[in-house]
Amino acid sequence: MAEYTWPAAGDRLHIGKRISRLDGPVKATGRAKYAYDMNRLGMLWAIMVQSPHAHARITGIDTSAAEAMDGVVKVHIIQDVGTEIQWAHDEIVAVAATSEEVARDAAAAVKIDYEVLPHFVNERAVDEAPDAQPAQAETTGDPAAAMASAASTSSDSYHAAQIAHCSLESHGQVAEWQDEETVTLWASTQAISGVASQLGEAIGIPASNVHVETQYMGGGFGSKFSVDRWGVVCAELSRMTGRPVKLMLDRDQEVSVAGARPSTHAEVSAGADADGNVVAWDSKSWGSGGPSGAGSPPIPYVFSFDNQTHAHTSVPTNTGPARAWRAPNHPQACFVTMRALEDLSHAAGMDPLDFFLKNIEKTGERSNVYTEELEKGAELMGWRDRWRPRGSATGTVRSGLGLALHTWGGRGHRSNCEVLAYRDGLVEARIGSQDLGTGTRTIIAMVLAETFGLGIEQVKVTMGRSVLPASGASGGSTTVGGVSGSTRRAALNAVDAVFERIAPRLGTEMANLELKGGQVRFKDGSMAAMPWRQAAALIGVNPVSATGANPGPGQLNDSGVGGVQMADVSVDMETGVVSINRLVAVQDCGLVLDLKTAESQVYGSLIMGVTYALTEERVFDPHTGLMLNADMEFYKLAGIEDVGEMIVHMMTGPGYDERGVIGLGEPPVIAPGAAIANAATNATGVPINEMPMTPERVLAAINGGMA
Amino acid sequence: MAQTRYPKTPREERPEESIEAPTRRTDETPERGSFSRRQFLRGSAAAGAASAGLLSGILDDAAAQGEPGVAGPGAVDMAFKINGKAYVATLEPRVTLLDALRNHLDLTGAKKVCDRGTCGACTVLLNGDPVYACSVLAIEAQGAEITTVEGLGSPANMHPIQQAFVDNDAQQCGFCTPGFVVASAALLNRHPNPDQDTVHRELGGNLCRCGTYAGVRAAVAQAAGGGTTNG
Repeated sequence: MAEYTWPAAGDRLHIGKRISRLDGPVKATGRAKYAYDMNRLGMLWAIMVQSPHAHARITGIDTSAAEAMDGVVKVHIIQDVGTEIQWAHDEIVAVAATSEEVARDAAAAVKIDYEVLPHFVNERAVDEAPDAQPAQAETTGDPAAAMASAASTSSDSYHAAQIAHCSLESHGQVAEWQDEETVTLWASTQAISGVASQLGEAIGIPASNVHVETQYMGGGFGSKFSVDRWGVVCAELSRMTGRPVKLMLDRDQEVSVAGARPSTHAEVSAGADADGNVVAWDSKSWGSGGPSGAGSPPIPYVFSFDNQTHAHTSVPTNTGPARAWRAPNHPQACFVTMRALEDLSHAAGMDPLDFFLKNIEKTGERSNVYTEELEKGAELMGWRDRWRPRGSATGTVRSGLGLALHTWGGRGHRSNCEVLAYRDGLVEARIGSQDLGTGTRTIIAMVLAETFGLGIEQVKVTMGRSVLPASGASGGSTTVGGVSGSTRRAALNAVDAVFERIAPRLGTEMANLELKGGQVRFKDGSMAAMPWRQAAALIGVNPVSATGANPGPGQLNDSGVGGVQMADVSVDMETGVVSINRLVAVQDCGLVLDLKTAESQVYGSLIMGVTYALTEERVFDPHTGLMLNADMEFYKLAGIEDVGEMIVHMMTGPGYDERGVIGLGEPPVIAPGAAIANAATNATGVPINEMPMTPERVLAAINGGMA
Repeated sequence: MAQTRYPKTPREERPEESIEAPTRRTDETPERGSFSRRQFLRGSAAAGAASAGLLSGILDDAAAQGEPGVAGPGAVDMAFKINGKAYVATLEPRVTLLDALRNHLDLTGAKKVCDRGTCGACTVLLNGDPVYACSVLAIEAQGAEITTVEGLGSPANMHPIQQAFVDNDAQQCGFCTPGFVVASAALLNRHPNPDQDTVHRELGGNLCRCGTYAGVRAAVAQAAGGGTTNG
């Protein structure tokens, strides 16, 4: 019976090293085929007609002109007359045609009549909301009394705008029926197994007859868990026409309807005693991510105070619906909490680094980790030498420092893996997971190669197909823990199964064999060690197969990480432009499998953080209810010149490695906005309380009032 | 052009109309330096009687004398030189180079993301200069040497900048990567040893959502020879 552990530090062949992602070459040479790239013989292009109104009832649909056009094969009504539309760009009709151009012409020729209904899109004005849904306050202790006794207090409001996922590969898929009962869906999805079940139910065939294939996908960030209505429509169009159909969202749809991170607006009062201990917290928040409003962000964030209260109001709006966006609700909660604590540190006359350290035990069980990370971050930022009190900077361009803490769970999800060992020495992992670009394929190969003591090139990973052993959706930083656990267990079981197969052929007992350094060894020294390939030749024509699952026996993964980020920014007091000089990220995540792709997750998170901190916002016109920047010209992503110098430090080694594998996709994306806003506040001397920190808003703050 | 009929599927409701073949690549690669659009089109027209009617619309005497020719609005035959190979396709004049590459020639390395000349994911080289393929009409790209990311190298034989992208993990989801690779190759052709400002300026027309800019900086430095690496 195998012992389900990770190898000790000195015995690791691949784990913890810097391994280049295995699919790097196919991506860098343009050979990787994404869903958007699938061109099938006889394929039709589908385009969807969208609602031009934020709230309306459909009163008439005339598809006759579209149907009469040459090249139009099918016009399909998705939402019929009488339906009430709740957000602009909602899909109403789909047109399938022999070319993309004809499909667009036909979509434009569909005539839809509407009864326009009143809309609400400006949730910041919560008092004007027709359907605000306040929740009961959650209270500990006596915040009012504690506030009254505080030596220093601060009070302000903080605002984080609604943002989009804006995945570069838009949502969509290609559907093709193999026969009456079986359909293949090349989907841009984070959940191949779940999508197969959803589509099967929606179109009335067994889930096992839906073959979802996703070898590569161009970004999801939490927005691509569902088959979505367009996935069902695509499969139906393909069934109705008997031809493959490609249906991908256009960019305006992508940023309008395919994912929103809810806004968070908050009013916070906080108080500290004369020593700088936080003694009171009183906050209320509200926000929206569309028709369902927004859930309550975890405020106060990371810290828990003896006397605290928080109340949240969910505000439904006529905007495209919210979807999970990396670390749902955490970035907003972090921004509100860390900005308010920075303000309180200022009121208490303390360096925020000292102030956070002073209160670090209020972070709970990982306070030692935070302390270690704060000290490491301070060292990398040169905080002790460079920090100056708020408003000390002079001149036109002023610099400042800020910091923030974050947390996340990241326990491995349910995952199954089959490992096959062949007589030519190849070892293969088969797993129904997907690689979003995080490096999942690579770490599966690393774990497999590690377990067999082989080179990465001697193993194969087969994944991205729903017919493979089921594995969870890739979200919430659960994938790396899940697939590494199932792969490790399957691989260890496969080693045992190989020994069981070949031991009689070697004239020994299974228990006498061990696999180390790519060699099969005889524990009793009765025979010389033989290379894996020579031993594998004894497997025979039928490969050895073994499976493994997560969760399962042994401690291979864990949950719960901290992280500290610090920002050094400059603010031009005349233009309001905030620019990033340096960002420091110190991150723990248990046992790091691939240091290279792990660091890439953190770099990427810092950059996404810069983007939502400075430029990114879904802007809605309160009069028309329409999103004014449903494109990439004015829905602004940071460019390579915007992100400053970045320093990433992973906490590894004793104290971290033995926890096992913990996910990393969410945690580092949480704190950048808060750290940057605190740095901008420190630089300008005035509270910078809105994300994105556009020049207009920063200038308004400098000039004494928020925009 | 010859029309292709695809075999019927067993489905009764399968429509009967034919559609264009997605790809027709000729194997004749015109000699370097002798290629001209007009000569090539004349050659194609002579060779393909089925195309003569459409081609004559472009190659009428008036156009030959320098007056503007009118093409379309229907599909017309076009010829391209992409990655050193000759391609022909019958496309409406409004079709962009990006759609021609992706939808008609199955060269899907260049990606459609914004489709409005903002993000750079569709970057290709036109006579060595980086352009947004979504913002160039296919009909206007005839006669040019078009290089896509596929033409720079293959997985087994990568261009140095492609190898540098792999080595420095300058990609995550990889959807922006082809555009960045092509733009970086063009950058290094113009500035073999670029400073950071130059890198930022030259690659400022490409956007990444996963956040790979640290890797891209390191990749360009490696390919330029002598920079620090991220790997």
